[in-house]
Amino acid sequence: MEVGTVLDEKVFFLDRALLKAYADASGDQNPIHQNEEFAVSVGLPNVIAHGMLTMALVGKYISDFAGGSAHVLEFSSRFIKPVIVPVGEKVDLTVSATVAEIADGKVSLSLSATSAGIKVLGMAKAVVRQ
Amino acid sequence: MLNPDSVGSTFAGTESITVSQSDIDAFCAVVGETDTSIAPPTFTIRITLSQFEEILTRPAVGLDWSRLVHGDQKFDIFIPVKAGDQLTCAATIESYRVAAGNEIVSVRSDLHKGTELAVSAWSTLVVRA
Repeated sequence: MEVGTVLDEKVFFLDRALLKAYADASGDQNPIHQNEEFAVSVGLPNVIAHGMLTMALVGKYISDFAGGSAHVLEFSSRFIKPVIVPVGEKVDLTVSATVAEIADGKVSLSLSATSAGIKVLGMAKAVVRQ
Repeated sequence: MLNPDSVGSTFAGTESITVSQSDIDAFCAVVGETDTSIAPPTFTIRITLSQFEEILTRPAVGLDWSRLVHGDQKFDIFIPVKAGDQLTCAATIESYRVAAGNEIVSVRSDLHKGTELAVSAWSTLVVRA
């Protein structure tokens, strides 16, 4: 592994059941993540995934690379587009990463996350213990 | 509108929170994590966001939580979180501005385990115009 190494892509799938499970696990019961009628009423195209669910799934990708959650030191991201989750569908979250820096026993990753080909996280970065 | 006088203020959480194994298990199940001995990296958001909501919607601060969207998020993890950890929280309103009618507030949460800082989390929250 060296700076510039591209890590294997992983695809997660999101559906309404996963959004409900995340709402219960996180305590974030905002109806825009569960109720289509409500989501549309506030100007959204459909139910959208919690940004933090997207980040949690990318967090799993990082933990897998790091050899466990205990080795993840930093993780940051901007939420630039919602992941839209229509009823009855499984939508993709496609995650990949590039090694940005290796120093002092730490590896920095520059992460990419897209859904339906659209970039959903911006400036996503993580630092893990090597 | 957020009360500008609250910017720079730090608010202590009301009580310490004990992390339960069942909470970690539920979070791990969502992301497909099989090692439930350590909380996943973003697990503490469940503590942080509810604390931000409690603090930012106090009458003295005055943020409208119903029109909130999450702009960005950062975690610095100093001590991995495990079941049984007792965490105390403090939240600081670091900055606030209004752009094109949207309120943009940056808040930091510090979770301490005893006297040690376990996790710092920064959130940018946007109240849409």
